[in-house]
Amino acid sequence: MRYPTPKGIAARFASILLLVPLYVHANDGETLMQKGGANPAALPCITCHGADGKGMAAAGFPRLAGLPEAYIAKQLADFRAGRRENPVMQPIAQSLSDEEIAAVAKAYAARPKVNVKPAAAGERPQPGSGAWLALRGAWERNIPECTLCHGPSGVGVGSAFPPLAGQGAEYIEAQLQAWRGTRAVPATKKTKAVAAVPPTRRNDPNGLMQHIAADLSEAEIKAVAAYFAGLGESPEAFDESQHRLR
Amino acid sequence: MQSHLTPTLTRLLPLLLAGISLGAAGADPSRFDDQSQLPGAPARTKGQPYFQPPEERDIPNNAFGDLVRRGQDLFMNTKALAPDYVGNEMNCVNCHIDRGRKANSAPLWAAYPMYPAYRKKNNKVNTFVERMQGCFQFSMNGKPPAADSEILTALTVYSHWLSTGAPVGKSLPGRGFDEPPPPRGGYDIARGKVVYDKQCAICHGADGEGQKVGVTSVFPALWGKDSYNWGAGMHRINTAAGFIQHNMPLGKGETLSDQEAWDVAAFINSHERPQDPRLVNGSIDETRKRYHENDGVNLYGVVVNGVKLGQGIK
Repeated sequence: MRYPTPKGIAARFASILLLVPLYVHANDGETLMQKGGANPAALPCITCHGADGKGMAAAGFPRLAGLPEAYIAKQLADFRAGRRENPVMQPIAQSLSDEEIAAVAKAYAARPKVNVKPAAAGERPQPGSGAWLALRGAWERNIPECTLCHGPSGVGVGSAFPPLAGQGAEYIEAQLQAWRGTRAVPATKKTKAVAAVPPTRRNDPNGLMQHIAADLSEAEIKAVAAYFAGLGESPEAFDESQHRLR
Repeated sequence: MQSHLTPTLTRLLPLLLAGISLGAAGADPSRFDDQSQLPGAPARTKGQPYFQPPEERDIPNNAFGDLVRRGQDLFMNTKALAPDYVGNEMNCVNCHIDRGRKANSAPLWAAYPMYPAYRKKNNKVNTFVERMQGCFQFSMNGKPPAADSEILTALTVYSHWLSTGAPVGKSLPGRGFDEPPPPRGGYDIARGKVVYDKQCAICHGADGEGQKVGVTSVFPALWGKDSYNWGAGMHRINTAAGFIQHNMPLGKGETLSDQEAWDVAAFINSHERPQDPRLVNGSIDETRKRYHENDGVNLYGVVVNGVKLGQGIK
């Protein structure tokens, strides 16, 4: 075994001292949520995402509590880079440092994740309903059921497939609209042509969401968003030991 | 020697013996040899729609309908509802997308009416129930439920219902996985890894381990102990290439080229998985000779990167 020289110890100590302010700041995601980032443009998260991090459903602000750390960090990076466009979040993400993004992602991921009362065995969705899309999909259009990737009851899977349960209908609907954009409308005798609006969200891994959103009807988008919003949240802790039925 | 037996008995004896062994041990793997390849499905004429199975809302509300629903539940939640028979983390619906309804994802409506099936290769007749027992033994790396079990009865009734209106004994377009032709110049495992890392790993994991929510498997393991074993039809590169090309990535089927589908199928099937339960005399070579050599394109017993595949994994 090698013993450090006194000089080595001093050097290590100094490096620790140097790291201390950064270390405290970078790990204090909670403070960041409450008070905002070092740059005043990085507003406190709780302003929109709520003191408990569960969002403000009616205003379309999403829940962040319990979302995967890597997912939150990726979204902030994507807002910054413009792969996910949003007039409110882009400036905020741009004013956060890398360390602040890492800290806030970690802090929100540490909050309790959403739990939904497991669906009763034998839940039978009605065709054409939001539940049908969520649990059965529309395979004639190559649209998988949402729960196939987002997990049973939409509780989320791994770091790439965020929970849909626990999110408000306005938020889910807005994301599906952001992925699809709108098609151009040609001029008629009475109306002017409307230019196509390209998708404002282009950060889905492998473009998995884009075609799904594009191939859903307006009514289906509303119905499936309402379905997941309507699942609510169970006060019980997430039971990892029980199978969840599809 | 059976020469002294009457011709009738000679013909019946194998059936009797098979019946005995099924009843006693629950399964005689040799009865389920028909994991081997089915003849290809007929081509679809342009614009011809695939067979349409009945809608879920048309399931009758009676004892028959109850069994149909039970079968569908088992089909979607096999591990959760039939844990004694599933040895890995697979569910029927993993390979038979859209609850066994999707064309080119081995739909049940195209399989069920083809049984009982006569196999010229071994001069055997295989029933649909035996075919499903094969799924449990190989694809689910478990043990087959008894032929008259509630589980196989419900799954049979579900398959029968899905086949409502389908012609009996007629191979339908969309059957099986409609495999793409082998690419000119062959497949390439290293190229397959590039496809895998880019398109598959996000769901199935960097090491093919799949992903779960709690104990519930969401994205199935593609190799390793939680995946299908070396006896499953999906271990064939040609079969996996067909499944992948038509159905993967989820919702983006028909986007990989023949070459990409074969390459990535070869990459996936060049990893260890649970042993073929038909293992002959503990020998990979003998097992390859008997069961794998003439079974499509597969890597069982083949040396890849200096290691002989088919060791099995527990």
